[in-house]
Amino acid sequence: MSIQAWTYLIVGLTFAVYLGIAAWSRAKTTSAFYVAGRGVPPLANGMATGADWMSAASFISMAGLISFMGYTGTIYLLGWTGGYVLLALLLAPYLRKYGRFTIPEFVGDRYYSQTARVVAVFCAVFVSFTYVAGQMRGVGVVFSRFLEIPVEAGVIVGVLIVFFYAVAGGMRGITYTQVAQYCVLIVAYIVPAAAISWKMTGNPVPQFGFGGTLVDGGAAAGGQSAGIALLEALDGIHRDLGLPEYTGAFVPGKKSMIDVLAITAALMVGTAGLPHVLIRFYTVPNARAARWSAFWALLFIGILYTTAPAVAAFARVNMIQTLHEQPYESAPEWFSNWEQTGLIEFQDKNGDGIIQYSGDAETNELRVDRDIMVLANPEIAELPAWVVALVAAGGLAAALSTAAGLLLVISSSVSHDLLKSVFWKDMSPRAELFAARAAAGVAVVIAGYLGIDPPGFVAQVVAFAFGLAAASFFPILLLGIFDTRTTKEGAIGGMLAGIGFTAAYIIWFRFVIPEAGADQWLFGISPEGIGIIGMFVNFAVTMVVSRMTPEPPAEVRQLVEEIRLPGGSRDD
Amino acid sequence: MSDSNERSRLSRAHWHDNLRVMGILLTIWFVTSILLSIVFVEPLNQFKLGGFPLGFWFAQQGSIYIFIVLILIYAVWMERIDRRYHLEAGKSDPKSEMSDGGIY
Repeated sequence: MSIQAWTYLIVGLTFAVYLGIAAWSRAKTTSAFYVAGRGVPPLANGMATGADWMSAASFISMAGLISFMGYTGTIYLLGWTGGYVLLALLLAPYLRKYGRFTIPEFVGDRYYSQTARVVAVFCAVFVSFTYVAGQMRGVGVVFSRFLEIPVEAGVIVGVLIVFFYAVAGGMRGITYTQVAQYCVLIVAYIVPAAAISWKMTGNPVPQFGFGGTLVDGGAAAGGQSAGIALLEALDGIHRDLGLPEYTGAFVPGKKSMIDVLAITAALMVGTAGLPHVLIRFYTVPNARAARWSAFWALLFIGILYTTAPAVAAFARVNMIQTLHEQPYESAPEWFSNWEQTGLIEFQDKNGDGIIQYSGDAETNELRVDRDIMVLANPEIAELPAWVVALVAAGGLAAALSTAAGLLLVISSSVSHDLLKSVFWKDMSPRAELFAARAAAGVAVVIAGYLGIDPPGFVAQVVAFAFGLAAASFFPILLLGIFDTRTTKEGAIGGMLAGIGFTAAYIIWFRFVIPEAGADQWLFGISPEGIGIIGMFVNFAVTMVVSRMTPEPPAEVRQLVEEIRLPGGSRDD
Repeated sequence: MSDSNERSRLSRAHWHDNLRVMGILLTIWFVTSILLSIVFVEPLNQFKLGGFPLGFWFAQQGSIYIFIVLILIYAVWMERIDRRYHLEAGKSDPKSEMSDGGIY
């Protein structure tokens, strides 16, 4: 069977499963629609959180990014897992104990202010939309490469699937679909990684093969370096090509220590402030289940995140050894497959018909898009067609599951936090459920449009969503739980100051004077990492203003004391 | 001492213990992620762990394992503290009794 036939078969099967789950889990109440009736067991919620969290970017792009960055790729690995420790210890159990349906609702109650709630709604919707556009784009790219249909048609198929299960099933449908999607994506990630690890190092566990030695097993396994440690071989290859060493930390050509620290911290704190992850903890029965669920979530995420850097290193060795100094005429089949997509490019600068890869931009003849590293990996390693198809299904699972989680945040923010609480206070539960479905439907369509025709700024802004979340949500949620003295004036001022400072810095250095170098950055921190300074600005403003304004009312103090205890619940 | 006084004393003691657990675990979190993986990565890279330079291993493998273990310890430890103060999540929360628990 051809790759394409396998892809239709496996993708078709997984889609049938998702639709079956959606039909089975139709949401009939607002509680089922917003928080899956709070009956999700911690283990299942951990899987759903994993799929919710691991987006098209984690599945498709991350290993490729690390592959080109070497040590510096640590910013993603630590940033996107370390945040779960903050989430588990500082936020999840308390937000679960608080109950209710959304994050803006917590902000509004804790800060006794509709204004704070509306500010939170706009932050949540903005962050979620920039994210979801990227997911839809990922769906389109996978479809176009593996099923050879146009990106636009791929996005439309993705929109229809998500529309069906998110609108009908709400959080209940999304949760159980995400459990299935986690299983698909993790198998799709691990199978090729294990096969490549086994081929190259003789150890089928990628986490160990990563630190193993290369075996002599043909061109794909890098015969010429047999017998030496993979990472040592990789550092050697990099030196020969005039590139900074792969495992080298702050060597010239890589990010500085202060920048690595800032970006890592901004991603960690941003992770803990993302609404689509936080609301997953509303779906479990109680605070204790929320703690367990955070553990399961990070365990399931960690399986992929400890495999990714291994895949990155394997792909790097493979890519260079199969292409560098090889005649273009005899380039492997996957090379021409991917050449058609424009994601890999050979430009014969010295006209010798041989591919030369180099750290020097003048003589380098090979341009490889980081996004193809994971998708092309099974082909590079000459794995069977069904593995390639499985990877396509995994990429789709990762993109669809994250898109659905984000859409629910948008829908509940609009129907619950804006319509019900601001514009139409005596809305009946039936009308609210209808509004939630309608909002989800509209959001899916807008997301699809953004995926087909993304405005130029979307791709650039999505990388900053974490910094903005770190500078706006995280300090307010944290102080809301740990400091009873924080007032609404402090919180609103802090959110606006944090997000304002961060956005201004990003716009200044990214769009106004993009040519500015590290010497002009504040403390040498790039726009990607500035969210962490924005977070400190937010903390400072919130705490100072809070101490200059009247104390919060007694019932807020009581609310905070209540959510600090694990027992009982205020669910509605 | 009245019941509500007793309850608020227990609540404060529980919160105090909770903060101590958090402090310990977050210190370990900071040491592994910020110090071992980033600040001291270069000196640590002089040592080897199998085929890995040690600092590089902490940055791309070890820290993640430690994060997972930290949350596991938190979940188990907090459960013991909840029990000590008789503040289990299941108590006074009839809804959760049927599905209370971690590992299913």
